[in-house]
Amino acid sequence: MTAKQDIRTEGSTPKADGKPILEVSHLKQYFQINTGFIQTRPLKAVDDISFSIREGETLGLVGESGCGKTTAGRTILHLYKPTAGEVIFKGKPIRTKQDIAEYRKKATMVFQDPYSSLDPRMTVADIIGEPLDIHKMYSSKQERRDRILELMDRVGLNSEHAARYAHEFSGGQRQRVGIARALAVNPDFVVCDEPVSALDVSIQAQVINMFDELQSEMNLTYLFIAHDLLVVRHISDRIAVMYLGRMVELADAGEIYDRPLHPYTKALMSAVPVPDPKIARANKRVQLHGEIPSPLNVPAGCPFHTRCPYAKDVCRESMPPFREIEKGRFVACHLADELN
Amino acid sequence: MALLEVRDLHTSFFTDAGEVRAVNGISFDLDHGKVLGIVGESGSGKSVTAYSVMQILAGTGKIISGSIKLDGQELVGADEKVMKDVRGNRISIIFQDPMTSLNPTYTIGKQLMEAILLHTNRNRKEAFDRAVEMLKLVNVNEPEKRMKQYPYEFSGGMRQRVMIAMALACEPDILIADEPTTALDVTIQAGILELMKDIQKEIGMAIIMITHDLGVVAQLCDEVIVMYAGGICEQGTADEIFYNPCHEYTKGLMRSIPTTTSAGRKLEPISGTPIDLLNMPKGCPFAPRCDAAMKICIREKAERALINKDHAAACWMNVKNGIVSAENGNA
Repeated sequence: MTAKQDIRTEGSTPKADGKPILEVSHLKQYFQINTGFIQTRPLKAVDDISFSIREGETLGLVGESGCGKTTAGRTILHLYKPTAGEVIFKGKPIRTKQDIAEYRKKATMVFQDPYSSLDPRMTVADIIGEPLDIHKMYSSKQERRDRILELMDRVGLNSEHAARYAHEFSGGQRQRVGIARALAVNPDFVVCDEPVSALDVSIQAQVINMFDELQSEMNLTYLFIAHDLLVVRHISDRIAVMYLGRMVELADAGEIYDRPLHPYTKALMSAVPVPDPKIARANKRVQLHGEIPSPLNVPAGCPFHTRCPYAKDVCRESMPPFREIEKGRFVACHLADELN
Repeated sequence: MALLEVRDLHTSFFTDAGEVRAVNGISFDLDHGKVLGIVGESGSGKSVTAYSVMQILAGTGKIISGSIKLDGQELVGADEKVMKDVRGNRISIIFQDPMTSLNPTYTIGKQLMEAILLHTNRNRKEAFDRAVEMLKLVNVNEPEKRMKQYPYEFSGGMRQRVMIAMALACEPDILIADEPTTALDVTIQAGILELMKDIQKEIGMAIIMITHDLGVVAQLCDEVIVMYAGGICEQGTADEIFYNPCHEYTKGLMRSIPTTTSAGRKLEPISGTPIDLLNMPKGCPFAPRCDAAMKICIREKAERALINKDHAAACWMNVKNGIVSAENGNA
């Protein structure tokens, strides 16, 4: 489109071999759903996922609605108590209440909806200052106030607006408030749950750039959850794909986009509406048949076999392990070797 | 003569805070069998344009002036009887949210047949057959069984398919799709877009596709209108708009969206915040956010000018750069 696109500077990736800041091991999150009179059944929102996030990187987490990506993000932050499995932050497993309290000073969250995630009765200054209050992170009122103004400045909000309420701001500005709140405790790790999907196209880019800048300024690590694959591709170093509570593929952002290995990832990538008519016309889409099965009735074997064009008997019978097929490329598919 | 001719359409909403000029003098043509995309951010007037054509504006909204001609027949000021025939029969609309567009207390079959019974002379048996046929057309499995089911038994993608079936049951000349896939997942979205493309080829209707997603436009549209603050910034064929954008707003949009090759570089966002329709600037509505704005942009609105036969834009930069001359500014 523009000349600028051609002079493309390669994404700096000194992060590639960084040590992991967060490890997730066999994490499970089941919700008990009432299915009848005193009957319950587990809904396996997140089912046995393991991966690690390296210091300073952005790991994109994608998948369709109901695949468990938001639940995964919340469980990783211990906003939900995991049904099983462990989250290890900077080498230390998070187990006790004290662990969680300490962990929350270093790991925070930016929510999807900038309208419902800000208390309408609090001023912006109090919203941003609330984490500071909770963790008692200031010694004087002046210090608290300075910190809040500094944060507002950092996310591009006019500090004169500190006494205003959330409804006085536009969507993009509200999302900045949400980001300032997440950064208040000076975290190392931030889970961003669809932080730009509620914003208009022209505002999206401002916020995406801000995430980029804040990351290099404050040395942040992101888990970036989104369903817009082009946004995720833009911001992420690596991308993980989830389907029905399971992780099906994890690889470098460029790799997974250009050369997906799992049949589901292939379908997902080919369904991305690329904003370029010529590419769109040439695009051969991998058709998926049927609907996503209910997470209450996850099919036996590979959860994707009901829609997979290549499914064989082995896929219906056993769950494929999430294995490292090439260096740094993980995939959960029995047929990954023969298909590629 | 074009199938649909919209000329200098003005639609306003009268709110407590004052008059909101949601659509501010737009003109366009739609030919048989074409797919026209209308893009813009929230509040740009793209949906109001469609609602004006259908005359389904909210109580506070009113068409102030302008003309909307369907096959030569004037719709502005037409009485309700004419509009009832137009709606559903000649122009159909599908909405963004398939969850709330269906009545949860009636079966899918009853809702599909309602449209057919209302607009055609078919009896119940024939209407039932037609409804089943429509469900088959939109690739709903076991249509006879599905007819007896309620909306809650359908997934989001399936409900949107039902909405499309309902909209097409009377073979309209124009289908207006107002963000039909925004609420759906990408794989489902791709399926719905493909379905619309196939049906469009099969029965040759025209589609007005309203969306904020340039990706969706690239997949489906022949022609594109870019709207900002109730006016048209730029219109032309999809290739012209994507590969030769001639309005600073369109250029800004194209630079600000992530693409497959944008990783590692900075996006170039459009600065500022979306416009407040209650306080419209005198000149070009985009001028306050435009990096290239000149004095004239703030003073005076640019007229729509032809770039070439497939492409028109309203931007002073084109005059400055000599792409259009000031005299032919009123083309």
